Amino acid sequence: MLLRPYLRLLALCLAMLTPLAASAQTLDELVARLPDGSYDDRAAVVAEIAATGDPRALAVLEALLEGELEQRNSDGRIVIVGGTRRAPTGTDALTGEELGELGRRATERIRVNNSLRRTIRTAMGVMTLRDPDPARRLAAAEAALRSPAVEQLDALDAAMQAEELDYIREAQTLAHAATILASDADTETKIEAVGVIAGAPALTVQSTLNAYRAAEDPALAEAVADAIDAAERRQALWGQAQNLWFGLSLGSVLLLAAIGLAITFGVMGVINLAHGELVMLGAYTTFVVQETIRTHAPEYFGWSLAIAVPLAFLFVGAVGVAIERGIVRHLYGRPLETLLATWGVSLILQQAVRSVFGPTNREVGTPDWMSGAFQLGEMTVTWPRVAIVVFSLTVFFGLLLTMRYSAMGLQMRAVTQNRAMAANLGIRTGRVDALTFGLGAGIAGLAGVALSQIDNVSPNLGQGYIIDSFLVVVFGGVGNLWGTLAAAMSLGVANKFLEPWAGAVLGKILILIFIILFIQKRPRGLFPQRGRAAEG
Amino acid sequence: MSKLIDLRMGLFLAALFIVTVLVPIASTLDEGSAVAIPSYLIPLMGKYLCYAILAVALDLCWGYAGILSLGHGAFFALGGYAIGMHLMREIGARGVYANPDLPDFMVFLGWDELPWFWYGFDWFPFAAVMALLVPGALAFVFGWFAFRSRVSGVYLSIITQALTFALLLAFFRNEMGFGGNNGLTDFRDVLGFSLSAPSTRIALFVLTALALAACLVIAKAITVSKAGKVLVAVRDAESRTRFMGYRVENYSVFVFTVSAMMAGLAGALYVPQVGIINPGEFAPANSIEIVVWVALGGRGTLVGAAIGALVVVAVESWLTANFPDLWLFALGALFIVVVLWMPNGILGLVEKLRFRRAKAPAKTEAPA
Repeated sequence: MLLRPYLRLLALCLAMLTPLAASAQTLDELVARLPDGSYDDRAAVVAEIAATGDPRALAVLEALLEGELEQRNSDGRIVIVGGTRRAPTGTDALTGEELGELGRRATERIRVNNSLRRTIRTAMGVMTLRDPDPARRLAAAEAALRSPAVEQLDALDAAMQAEELDYIREAQTLAHAATILASDADTETKIEAVGVIAGAPALTVQSTLNAYRAAEDPALAEAVADAIDAAERRQALWGQAQNLWFGLSLGSVLLLAAIGLAITFGVMGVINLAHGELVMLGAYTTFVVQETIRTHAPEYFGWSLAIAVPLAFLFVGAVGVAIERGIVRHLYGRPLETLLATWGVSLILQQAVRSVFGPTNREVGTPDWMSGAFQLGEMTVTWPRVAIVVFSLTVFFGLLLTMRYSAMGLQMRAVTQNRAMAANLGIRTGRVDALTFGLGAGIAGLAGVALSQIDNVSPNLGQGYIIDSFLVVVFGGVGNLWGTLAAAMSLGVANKFLEPWAGAVLGKILILIFIILFIQKRPRGLFPQRGRAAEG
Repeated sequence: MSKLIDLRMGLFLAALFIVTVLVPIASTLDEGSAVAIPSYLIPLMGKYLCYAILAVALDLCWGYAGILSLGHGAFFALGGYAIGMHLMREIGARGVYANPDLPDFMVFLGWDELPWFWYGFDWFPFAAVMALLVPGALAFVFGWFAFRSRVSGVYLSIITQALTFALLLAFFRNEMGFGGNNGLTDFRDVLGFSLSAPSTRIALFVLTALALAACLVIAKAITVSKAGKVLVAVRDAESRTRFMGYRVENYSVFVFTVSAMMAGLAGALYVPQVGIINPGEFAPANSIEIVVWVALGGRGTLVGAAIGALVVVAVESWLTANFPDLWLFALGALFIVVVLWMPNGILGLVEKLRFRRAKAPAKTEAPA
């Protein structure tokens, strides 16, 4: 029968399950036998040592693997040698008793060769398969998958049956299947094992099965090739999904940065070059909130972002209202002058923040609930990315609803469409202008809170986004919020799909060139306003 | 006064001429003398004059044709890179790696041969022509597409900014073959004259002053010509000019290209005097700063633009040396003040004062 060679190992496994007290003596005896005989004899002893399941055995095997296990000539004691080469010191391999200096020629190393090293590693793996610590069990199962050795098959079997945690059992099942492939089981069993492995993540499938591509059995080789092909297809597909997801999350960042501009520039027609600095102020608001919480109430740190969001909106919104009342309102209808004046504002804001907070990056922390990641098919999804996408879409739709359904949104649209008529109907256009600008600025502040999580919070934070934001708004079509959404997402996705092919910087340059050419072709953006509003 | 050289222009050119004559003389005086100018100041003053040329270039297209380019720094930097490439070639085997065929940074990057676009830059006239042609060609192609599709006003400003931003990113890449992050530097000499010799510095300074005068006269000649009148019409009422049968885009492309070539010239004179050119020159902020020079001096006055550049840059040098934290506040405030209260800049203020004195009894000042 094919399984007969394993019967001995099965016995060893059963021995492993026996109580420690019974095996204690056995371990002493086994260790004492280590120096004798050939490498093959030693391998057999190593397997038996592993089978004792004695917790002390691991240290002995490890020392043997490292070539630190030696036999003292005087009394035949097995010692683990440490210290320097000139003055070696020893500890008893089993009792851990300090033996002091050994003398240079007092001990003889127990020699190992490569095949013995493999055996030792497998034996150590088998031992840790049943470790009480789940993390070590998982690591052992994964190690067994990486280097499948026939000797561990039964240990894996036993471990699988005893295992209570699903994810560890999955890893063990994979390792078990990989071990079957490495054994001389019949083709049918092996093909079954290939089927088990085919369900694993693509990288695992490739690394495990690649060695069997050239299997002698044509049926097995075919099954292996099919499994690898399927895994590669799956991986390519998930790679695209990953790009798409990265693109969408980059798009969300662009959307967040651009959406406030879509109000000030898109709806009001004000070129606000200080927009990036308003974003920066939002990020610094987050920093100040976190600092305050850290010093006064560290237990509420998890709430810092939730507190920063309304504060950033109000604070930056107020700065926006001040800019509008102080400067921008004198310049309506003179876009180029507005551009210059707001650039001046941006320089002042930058330098003010630099004077107050210093020119270096400030540390903004991420609350615990936002860190971490989860696995979705073949890709890893990190929570901060999810949070940014959700946040930016929330802000977008919140803004959309405000503009469409609130009284203030109605007044804003009325004033931008026909100022004189709106004024005649009793709308205080000056107040509406200030509030609209403040709304755009407040949203920039919200963007700052989000960007503080993914970017360096420094006085230059805003500069990196200002050009991108303008391009997004112009690309999408000025005065069209949906266009801004479409533009941000398509630019984000395009950027991420170009990146693997062209590199990050070149990809960005290509996008810029594309937008420059696009604006030449369609100066009013993807979704131009039509009719009377477009004449502006 | 001829149409070409009016009172303002005449005064400015005369002042420029006096400075150009006096500075070399003052620099040759011995150190003890009260009016002696130390040798290290000469390139600094030359640098200021380069900025003045750049301001005149921008004023030509913004002040007269209404094209607010936020990418003129790109043309300036391209001109600088063209000359910088020649100066790199002139280092020859005297670099750190003593490689006679390759500039140091290429040896450092492990390149075996000179990229094709470096061919010809060994020869000074070629580099000099390229310093004008490359910015000119870029402006022509860019302007051709932009003006033909009637991109104007703010949209044009934004895409010129995107242009210089794209170039900034591109020149930061080592693979571009322009020295990447560090740019081109360690220049030794130009046309065989050592760049650190006082005489070379004086020659470059005088050359820059002459170039500034020439640019002013050329720009003035363009603006007083018939084409200049059409440009002003384009600036003030683009659609109306188009309806009257003028091909607006041709005039715009023309003036944009000439302006870019002037910016390239400024860059070409700038690099040998400053001794380095790196991608930082492409930074969008630099280009916007040019705009404030022009706005401060007086948009659409040419001479005013040059004065604005000199004033702002001088104040910048003084403030950054004495109160480094104040400079950005001052610059920011300058933008706001000029836009809100000095729409015609320094020259506008001067005119207003003269006007007021002449008409003081009548008190018939027009509202601003």
